[in-house]
Amino acid sequence: MTHLPSRLAKVSARDVNVHYGEKHALKHVDLDIRANEVTALIGPSGCGKSTFLRCINRMNDQIENAHVSGALTLDGQDIYDKGIDVVQLRARVGMVFQKPNPFPKSIFDNVAYGPRIHGLARDQAELDEIVMTSLEKAGLLTEVRDRLDEPGTGLSGGQQQRLCIARAIAVSPELILMDEPCSALDPIATAKVEELIDELRENYTIVIVTHSMQQAARVSQRTAFFHLGELVEVADTEQIFTNPQHPLTQGYITGRFG
Amino acid sequence: MTLFILTVVLLALTVLGYRLGRGRALAVVEGHPRQLHSLPSYHGYWVALWCGLPALAVISAWLAFEPALLHALVLAALPAELQALSDERLALVYNEVRNVARHGHPASSAAVAEAARHYASLRQILFISVATGALALAVAGLAHARARITVSLRTRNRVETIIRVFLIAASLVAILTTVGIVLSLLFESIRFFQAVSIWEFLFGTSWSPQMAIRSDQVGSSGAFGAVPLFAGTLLIAGIAMIVAVPLGLLSAVYMSEYAAPKFRAIAKPLLEVLAGIPTVVYGFFAALTVAPFLRDAGSAIGLSVASESALAAGLVMGIMIIPFVSSLADDVITAVPQSLREGSYGLGATKSETITQVVLPAALPGIVGGVLLAASRAIGETMIVVMAAGLAANLTANPLEAVTTVTTQIVTLLVGDQEFDSPKTLAAFALGLVLFTVTLALNVVALSIVNRYREKYD
Repeated sequence: MTHLPSRLAKVSARDVNVHYGEKHALKHVDLDIRANEVTALIGPSGCGKSTFLRCINRMNDQIENAHVSGALTLDGQDIYDKGIDVVQLRARVGMVFQKPNPFPKSIFDNVAYGPRIHGLARDQAELDEIVMTSLEKAGLLTEVRDRLDEPGTGLSGGQQQRLCIARAIAVSPELILMDEPCSALDPIATAKVEELIDELRENYTIVIVTHSMQQAARVSQRTAFFHLGELVEVADTEQIFTNPQHPLTQGYITGRFG
Repeated sequence: MTLFILTVVLLALTVLGYRLGRGRALAVVEGHPRQLHSLPSYHGYWVALWCGLPALAVISAWLAFEPALLHALVLAALPAELQALSDERLALVYNEVRNVARHGHPASSAAVAEAARHYASLRQILFISVATGALALAVAGLAHARARITVSLRTRNRVETIIRVFLIAASLVAILTTVGIVLSLLFESIRFFQAVSIWEFLFGTSWSPQMAIRSDQVGSSGAFGAVPLFAGTLLIAGIAMIVAVPLGLLSAVYMSEYAAPKFRAIAKPLLEVLAGIPTVVYGFFAALTVAPFLRDAGSAIGLSVASESALAAGLVMGIMIIPFVSSLADDVITAVPQSLREGSYGLGATKSETITQVVLPAALPGIVGGVLLAASRAIGETMIVVMAAGLAANLTANPLEAVTTVTTQIVTLLVGDQEFDSPKTLAAFALGLVLFTVTLALNVVALSIVNRYREKYD
């Protein structure tokens, strides 16, 4: 496993371990996430891929008795440093969840939520601008332009998930974490979100956890395969799917287990 | 005692019926229960029900009609001079007859002693015939049902039907009781409104519920304008809500979002103990501790506070209903999906931003429901206001004065000896009806809000 020069790595993990109480959920993970690429984390359930994802924006802080050790840096800055403000970290690292979770607010207020709490807009016009661009980037604007004041929970599942992506984009993050963003969506909505991920790559670095290997193959440039809390193999997506080096990876992608 | 023995014998017969029915079912298929339409135990239950239910019906009918029947028969057999007495006197005589016959009291006259003997023998005959009849019915039912058992008899369906009927009957008891209460309130209120107009009752501003015993009495005319009572009730309930809603909500937020599980496990039950304190204890706490304290504190800063002030009652009532608000709010806040919180944290929101901007709005319908339930509780609360709020029907918005409430007035109107044809007494029913309507409406609104909220996140 080769490491990239750190100037190319947006996120860099060295010997990252996560314990949930007694359980050793993530073991000695070394992984670099390159800027402006989509990195897919794949592996069977319980392999630690979501755990790793949630380390990057310190979402594991929410979980009681979760303990993270090792070095995890964002642009060379230690994410777990005492001086790091979680609020600012999360403004730089957006997250999209498995189940669409729009707030019980209007579509506009859902997107405006982040900019408002971070004070990103000086006046209403600027806020409008941010919301519109975010919805536009998330490919949702044409569908919701006339009903921005309707509740976000009234949208379809796929629209809700794109609303959540717009909400994440609105804070102008550098990195977007996606935790199985399509697992609750139908194939058409999934296709739209995948298309969106591909477009977003231009301006953002994306890490996506997925159960679907086809999805990993379709949207990502790099793929990391996790198994039982360990990072087994990471390589260019094409290589992982055509010429996996590790027998476990080969077994997983050919469907022998997982 | 004899009734007890009869019941035991019947129960034994029923158990026997179960065993016989079950055995018979197995015998019919020669020990291959899979051929039966219903399991052997269902055949057993079916025979047991045939054995027990008709006999039970006979005994219940006897218990219900025995007194009336005995009354009629004994009175008919009384000597003519006793029968000629007025109804009230006759009732006294009959009472004496019963006491002589059942409790061995000495009889005051030969006629009464004779009637008592008659009463006792009639009672004996009735019981023996009922007992024989019931037991015969039980045995006959058992034999009849047992004889009808065949391979294809659908006893399972029949037993299930009977069980359903029992369950319906059980829930009907509660529903019918409610209906009965409402009807009695309604009828007495209608009688009240024949004496006092609805308009005067609902909108009159003077409350002085007295009725003249003699027409020339001083102050003979009462005033039944209930507005001061409604105002007093709302004032006290309002003060209570002002205390309970913020305290309850804030403690619910703390318990559900901030408190460590260990602390929560101890503190939540402790908070809920407040709901378990008898209201009479709150009442004397309000009357003997809080009210004097407020009066002294008021006079220290030059305010005149009545020794029975709305403020004292409202404050204590507010403490009492804190658990209603906090417990329900805690439940709905906890029910807000974790994914919403994570969504907010994921955007870099702090804990308090997440709570005020995402969690509370999501939980709002449930919180409103809890607050309305607490309000209905506050409006209907009696003991605290009886003890601490006073009886003066002042129409005032000043919480430092004494006011009275609907519930307090109902208590005062009905305590002691009352004639049930005077508007003074009947007014209590009209007040009860208003109270019931208001709290019912609040409960219905609250529950529908809570339910709509629950549907959303399931």
